[in-house]
Amino acid sequence: MKALRGLVHTLGEVFITLGLLLLLFVVWQLWWTDVVANSEQAGTVQALERGFGPANLAERGAADPPVPLATLTKIPFGEAFAIARIPRFGADYARPVLQGTDHDTLTKGIAHYQSTAFPGQVGNFAVAGHRTTYGKPFSNIDLLRKGDVIVVETKASYIVYAVDRHVIVTPDHVDVIAPVPQQPGVQPKQAWMTMTACHPRFSASQRYVVFAKLVRRIPRASGLPASLMAVPAGTVG
Amino acid sequence: MYGLLWRLLPGPWPVKVLLSLILVVGVVAVCFLWLFPVISTYMPFNSNSVQSGLPFPGSATFAT
Repeated sequence: MKALRGLVHTLGEVFITLGLLLLLFVVWQLWWTDVVANSEQAGTVQALERGFGPANLAERGAADPPVPLATLTKIPFGEAFAIARIPRFGADYARPVLQGTDHDTLTKGIAHYQSTAFPGQVGNFAVAGHRTTYGKPFSNIDLLRKGDVIVVETKASYIVYAVDRHVIVTPDHVDVIAPVPQQPGVQPKQAWMTMTACHPRFSASQRYVVFAKLVRRIPRASGLPASLMAVPAGTVG
Repeated sequence: MYGLLWRLLPGPWPVKVLLSLILVVGVVAVCFLWLFPVISTYMPFNSNSVQSGLPFPGSATFAT
């Protein structure tokens, strides 16, 4: 009887410990991944800005040739190559864009679907980002409205997209990242951008997908107009 | 289990409390830095669901 009591006692302690560990996992997933990813992604953005050089005409010289597309397409998997700025998500919003969409790159920023077009290229520049956890770069994707500006900053230029529309689909709808979104097999004539994130929040059952169209291409040397980056009304920051 | 641990810790009770706290911090650190990152890749809500027979190779992932 005493042995049985001891066994039940120990078993109880094991279960309580497992319960506490599960709670600890929730804390890690919902809070700690944001803490780590936010600081890491801010560091990546700073490193990219240094790498891109100053956006100042006098310092850079107007004759800087744009980076040819060929060098963009050779970006190794997992490397950060652009900065996404979205005024609707706040004036300070800047997130790195990395090549490839595996678990690891998605924890480090916005992930570029490897087989899709590059920023500004005719076709579809398709990216994925976390809606929750790991810095949640697309946390407020549902706030984007038609006409909202998305600036993709590369070494050569600021590529400006404007939001066109959104859809909510199941995760098997890969046609959203087709060269012409939702029209697989159609030859693209313009530059699109697709953003995919989870929907609803904290679930992986659906995808919230935003489509944007290229509206402007500003050489890096000219600098980014402040008016373009004005935060639209009704922004949560 | 915890009773045995308490008895195994050396010193008077303030030392035992201190050592227990260090053990707890150690366990949390191992979980946060090593265990949780590893198991999170197997969690369904973190899965970047892969589809077969896709028209775009390497494009089969979505993020949560």
